[in-house]
Amino acid sequence: MRLLIRNGYVIDPAQGTNTGKSLFIEDGRVVGLMSHNDNVPENAEVVDATGLIVAPGFIDMHVHLREPGQEYKETIASGAAAAVAGGFTTVCAMPNTDPVNDNAAVTRFIIEQAERANLADVLPVGAVTKNSEGTELAEIGEMKNAGIVAVSDDGRPVPTAGMMRRAMEYARGFDLPIIDHCEDRSLARGGVMHEGHWSLVLGLRGMPAAAEEVDAIRDCALAELTGARVHLAHVSTRGAIEAVRRAKAKGLAVTCEVAPHHWTLTDEAVAGGENALPYDTNTKMSPPLRSPDHVAAILDGLRDGTVDAIATDHAPHHADEKALEFDQAPSGIIGLETSLGLAMDLVKQGVISLERLVELYATNPARVLKLEDRGTFRSGARADVTIIDPENAWTYDLTNSKSKSRNTPFAGRKMTGAAVATMVAGRIVFLHPDFSRLTASRANAARQTS
Amino acid sequence: MKHLLGIRELSSEQIVHLLDTAESFRDISKREIKKVPALRGRTVINLFFEASTRTRTSFEIAAKRLSADAVNISVSTSSVSKGETLLDTARNLEAMSPDCIVIRHSSAGAPYHLTRVCNAAIVNAGDGSHEHPTQALLDALTIREHKGSIEGLKVAIIGDILHSRVARSNIYLLSKLGATTSVAGPGTLVPREFAELIEQGVRVEQRIEDAVADADVVMVLRIQRERQTDAFFPSMREYAVHYGLRPDHLKLAAPDAIVMHPGPMNRGIEISSEIADGGRSLILDQVANGVAVRMAVLYLLAAADGSEKPSIQEEDSESREAGGVRGRNRHLKRGSRE
Repeated sequence: MRLLIRNGYVIDPAQGTNTGKSLFIEDGRVVGLMSHNDNVPENAEVVDATGLIVAPGFIDMHVHLREPGQEYKETIASGAAAAVAGGFTTVCAMPNTDPVNDNAAVTRFIIEQAERANLADVLPVGAVTKNSEGTELAEIGEMKNAGIVAVSDDGRPVPTAGMMRRAMEYARGFDLPIIDHCEDRSLARGGVMHEGHWSLVLGLRGMPAAAEEVDAIRDCALAELTGARVHLAHVSTRGAIEAVRRAKAKGLAVTCEVAPHHWTLTDEAVAGGENALPYDTNTKMSPPLRSPDHVAAILDGLRDGTVDAIATDHAPHHADEKALEFDQAPSGIIGLETSLGLAMDLVKQGVISLERLVELYATNPARVLKLEDRGTFRSGARADVTIIDPENAWTYDLTNSKSKSRNTPFAGRKMTGAAVATMVAGRIVFLHPDFSRLTASRANAARQTS
Repeated sequence: MKHLLGIRELSSEQIVHLLDTAESFRDISKREIKKVPALRGRTVINLFFEASTRTRTSFEIAAKRLSADAVNISVSTSSVSKGETLLDTARNLEAMSPDCIVIRHSSAGAPYHLTRVCNAAIVNAGDGSHEHPTQALLDALTIREHKGSIEGLKVAIIGDILHSRVARSNIYLLSKLGATTSVAGPGTLVPREFAELIEQGVRVEQRIEDAVADADVVMVLRIQRERQTDAFFPSMREYAVHYGLRPDHLKLAAPDAIVMHPGPMNRGIEISSEIADGGRSLILDQVANGVAVRMAVLYLLAAADGSEKPSIQEEDSESREAGGVRGRNRHLKRGSRE
């Protein structure tokens, strides 16, 4: 099967491509880039991408798909549907399911369910320790054979430096990165929001930024000790950003990701606003929304390259659970369908370029996870493609969400920029309802101006 | 004002209006027949998820002195362990058409939660470490009674500031009415960020002596052992030595300084008995004013204030026509003649 994505603007930072090109795909693999003037290859189906950005498929390194065990919140199928609607072709499923993905049987189950759903590709992340309890190493080698791409005890951070050291050394032997949710629990002590002015005003127990920072600094020191690949998940604090910056300057294999809510909102959101009551549990996440100084540090990290990836930490929870009192409700929000829209805000504000955006969503996640045939349009790569309309103005309407859950603070938010088509291995798995209309009107406009 | 959820969102005018109204109610409790018909036919539910004797009794008495039907519900455990959620409890109560729900809950923000599903007026009777507005109002009424005015006073608050809803509500209220506040206590319980809790600033002191110096009012907070999951100080004994209020501290305060405590007291720990039972202590005045303040709150929230609730009492419609507090007070006086 041959496919030509024609007349689009191709951004592939891995190859330094940032220009008008057509992308030629055959049998699920990239053949190469062609000039707009080149003849359409024989028997090729044509997708018109006039006025649109054609990027290597986006990879979300950090999602919670809740299956097995909590299918009432999300399933691999519903999560994968939300992923492709948000422009993601690959998502990495965190292991804190029930049972925990700490053995090859669970890993295989996740992969099989994803194959059944046949939407986004789901790459499982295995647990670092058995049941993520932080005491005994999980069977990382067995899970690697079954298909995991990283290990993490996300949600239940590895508690001691000694255990983390062993995990890093062991994972290094299988060339797997360790993804750490940095949170020193003795400091966080069950906090439910960022510790600072607003936690005092609201009388909610705070988690100090230092709870994340001491673990980030610890992990960087251990990365130096062990030589392991260490990836810090959903970094939310100035101290953690600075730790990663120092580690990179030293040449350590330390990388990090940030989540859109951590640059879009501050801890003040917990106190409500003009149209929002205070104590909205959709402002409760872990790590928590931070104060403006930390947000500024995240933006600096996005700007200067310290931050490697944007990941959603998509964390579905049932409405009944989120309807509890603030301190009783579970942490986390869904994010797959709002991630790109919130990142496009940064492009509009001049924080990052479109090229950098693609780097954060595709090039770098593939590099961090050593997914050699993804995140680029090099000849022979998987034909995972995200087509973006940077001008598409839309409003996030939860009734159209593909996720099973509705926990988000962004309902009703106006955004500009959306994924209009998503292709996994050369197959169109998501098409924006406006796609053909959009391309037709843009083609007309282009004709009129030329 | 539809609900009373916290002091932070009130204007100084609203606070003064509440205090003035409370003052006009104070006499009722001193009469032989301690009842007026102001809230006849109204239903007040006291929904208490946390143990409380003083506050619950105070609200109940306040409701009854206004002739409202008061129902007390004490739920000993949190919603999570018992199956029914707070919102379901609230929906069930709402279905019985109460006019006012008074809630105390260990989770900060629980009263806001109720406003999502209830038409009834919600009164916060203490939510976690967030606010305890009626306590601050009764404290202010007590200070006003003894000092004439709150403006320009120096108020010291001593103890567990971090976990105290009383401290927060008092800092908001007193600063809105022109007082300056200082706080002191163990470093573990007095976060430095308290200095910027309000625009006017709060003086954060390490030593009780520095906070009390020249103070016109000294408020001592209860050490809440039940709220402390970590050890914030080594022992009660050490706390008493370093942070318990004793007569020698009061010598540093203004000569006519008064002492307050929201109760229940841990005698010999945060406050010495000499002070608690001494001439400067207003602790029992606070309790008496608590009833007046809660009558004022219930009255202003649950009595007809125009649009939403149909009037079933002649007095109410009349007072509405007369408009404002003055009209209401007139009908109170008439009611008291019954």
